[in-house]
Amino acid sequence: MGRFVARRLLQMIPVFIGTTALIFFMVHVLPGDPVAAMWGDKAPDPVQLAALKHQMRFDEPLIQQYLDYMGGLVTGDFGKTLGNQRPVLDVITEALPVTIRLALLAFAIEIVLGVGIGLVSGLRRGKLFDKGTLVMTLLLISIPVPVLGFVFQTVFGQNLGWVTPTVQDSNDISQLVLPAVVLGSLSLAYVARLTRTSIAENIKADYVRTAVAKGLPRRKVIGTHLLRNSLIPVVTFLGTDLGALMGGAIVTEGIFNVKGVGNALFMAINHKEGPTVSGFVAFLVLVYLAAGLIVDLLYAVLDPRIRYA
Amino acid sequence: MPDLTEKKDAGQIPSPREGAAAAAVAKPEKARSLGSDAWHDLRRRPIFVISALLILLLVVIAIAPGLFTSVDPRAGDLRAHYLGKPDYTNFFQADWFGYDIQGRSIYARVIYGARASVVVGICVTVGVTIVGGLTGMIAGYFGGWVDTIISRLTDVFFGIPLLLGSLVILNAFTSRTVWSVVFALVALGWTQMTRVMRGSVITIKQADFVTAAKALGAGTGRIMFRHILPNAIAPVIVVATIALGGYIALEATLSWLGIGLQDPTISWGIDISSAQKSIRTAPFALFFPAGMLSLTVLAFIMLGDAVRDALDPKLR
Repeated sequence: MGRFVARRLLQMIPVFIGTTALIFFMVHVLPGDPVAAMWGDKAPDPVQLAALKHQMRFDEPLIQQYLDYMGGLVTGDFGKTLGNQRPVLDVITEALPVTIRLALLAFAIEIVLGVGIGLVSGLRRGKLFDKGTLVMTLLLISIPVPVLGFVFQTVFGQNLGWVTPTVQDSNDISQLVLPAVVLGSLSLAYVARLTRTSIAENIKADYVRTAVAKGLPRRKVIGTHLLRNSLIPVVTFLGTDLGALMGGAIVTEGIFNVKGVGNALFMAINHKEGPTVSGFVAFLVLVYLAAGLIVDLLYAVLDPRIRYA
Repeated sequence: MPDLTEKKDAGQIPSPREGAAAAAVAKPEKARSLGSDAWHDLRRRPIFVISALLILLLVVIAIAPGLFTSVDPRAGDLRAHYLGKPDYTNFFQADWFGYDIQGRSIYARVIYGARASVVVGICVTVGVTIVGGLTGMIAGYFGGWVDTIISRLTDVFFGIPLLLGSLVILNAFTSRTVWSVVFALVALGWTQMTRVMRGSVITIKQADFVTAAKALGAGTGRIMFRHILPNAIAPVIVVATIALGGYIALEATLSWLGIGLQDPTISWGIDISSAQKSIRTAPFALFFPAGMLSLTVLAFIMLGDAVRDALDPKLR
C-alpha cells in the first residue's frame, strides 16, 4: 500500500505542473486579451488598459510571468479581485466551507438515491420500475442544469412553498437540500444507470450462483456479494464526477444564491473579471486534482486488485 | 488483396438474432459488416426512429429557419409586445409562443436558436473525434515513447474539468461567436476520444488480420486507416454520439453564464438567462427555449443510447 501511495503521489507532480501550465497558456498565450475583454464590446481606453496590464503584470516577459504565476500558486496567491482588491484566496477560504457542504450533500444524495434506484431496477430488469427508471434518468440527463434549477425553484420554492426560493442562510444545511438535489441530479442519473447495468451483468456471475447455491439468505447475497462487486465502476465514475460537481456548483450556487465558491466565480464572470476567473479556476483545478487523488487512494483500499497492479 | 476487414467484422460480432440466421445460410457474400448489421438493428428500434426524425427536423430548422417563420427574431417592438402572452391557437405565427421582455417573437427566436446549438454540437463532436481519433490512433499503434507522451498529455487535459477550462479560454475572447465556443470545447474535450481510441486500437492491432496485412507488405498508413480504423472506430462513434447532447447542454450553460455566445447570435442559453428575470410574470418566455433545448439534448442522447446498443453487442 505504501508503495502505491508513493507512486500515485509522484504521478501527481507532472500532472500538477502540466495542468497549471495549461491554464497559464490559456490565459497568456492564446489569441485574445483577457484584460481588454473586461471592457466587453467597447473599445478599451488605451491608457487605462496599459495601467491595468501593468498592475496585473501582463506587460512583463512571458517567462517572468510564468515564474510569478507558479510562485503564486505554490504560496497560495491566486491574484486579487478587481473591485475591492481582495486576495482571491481570502474570498475562496471564506466561501469554501459552504461549497464543500453543498458538494458533500449532493454527493450523498447521488450515492444513496442513485445506488438505491440502480440496485432495485437492476434486480427487476425489464419490469415497470426498471423502465420507469430508464425514462426518468434519460429526462434528468437531458434537462440542462440551469433549466432544472429554475424548474425546481419555481415548483418547490414558489408554487408549493416547501422551501424559500433562494437560500437565505448558506450555513443552514436544511436550506441547502434543494440546491444539492439540483447539483447532484445529473450524476444521480448516471450513477443509477451505471449501478443498474453493473448489477444486471453481475447477477449472472458464478460467484452469485455459488452464494445462492450454498444457501445464503437473499439479503446477504445481494448486500455482500453482488452489490460490493457491482459498485467498482460506480466508484470510478464518482471519482471523475467531482469535476462536474464543481462546474455545476457555479450554476447551482448562482441560481439559489448560495454564498459559495461557485457563486463568487459566477459573480466574477458576470462582472467580466477575466483574471479573477482564471485565479478561481486554477484553485478549483487544484482541488479537483487533490480530490481525485483521495478517491484513487480510497479506491485502492476498497479493491486490492488496484493496489497490486 | 482480399478484404479481410469485412470478414473479420461479420465473423467476430454477429447479432444474436441475425448471427444464427447468417450461419445457417452460410453464404459469405451475405455476411454483413458491423456497420450494416448495426443499421439493420437500428431501423427496427422505435427510440432510434423517433430521435432520428427529431434530429432531422432540427437540422432542417438549423439550415433553413426561414421555412418555419417569416418573423425577424431580432426585431422587437416594446410598446406593442412587451412580454406579450402566447396565443396557442395561432400556429406558426409570431405570437404563437408569446413575446419576450424586449418584444421579440419567442417562436421566431426558438426557431433561429436551433442553429447555434446544432452547429456547436456537431462541430465539437466532429472536432474531438478527428483530433482524439488521430492522437489515439497514433498512441495506440506506435506505442512506446509516442504513447507515453500522448498519454501524459491527455492526463494533463483530463485534470481540467470541461466547464471550468472553457471559462478561462472564452474569457480571453472579446467578441465570441459559435466558433470560439467550438474552439474552446474541442481544445479541452479531445482527450476523452483519445483514450477510447487508444484502448480500441491496442486491442485491434494484435488481431491476425493486421499481422496478415503486414506480411502482405501493407504500409503503415494503409494498415492504420484501411485495416485498423474501420474495426476500432465503433466505441469512438458510441462515445461521440452520446457526448454530442452533452456538448449542446454545455454550450447552453456557458451562454447562460454569459461567457458563451453573445447577443447578435441567437442561442437558447442566452434566451433562458434573460427570461429568468421575468419568470414570475412570464414563465412562458423561459418555458419554450428551455423546452426546445431539453428536447434537443434528449434527442441526441436517445440516439446515442440506440447507437450504443446497436454497435456494442455486449450490452445487448
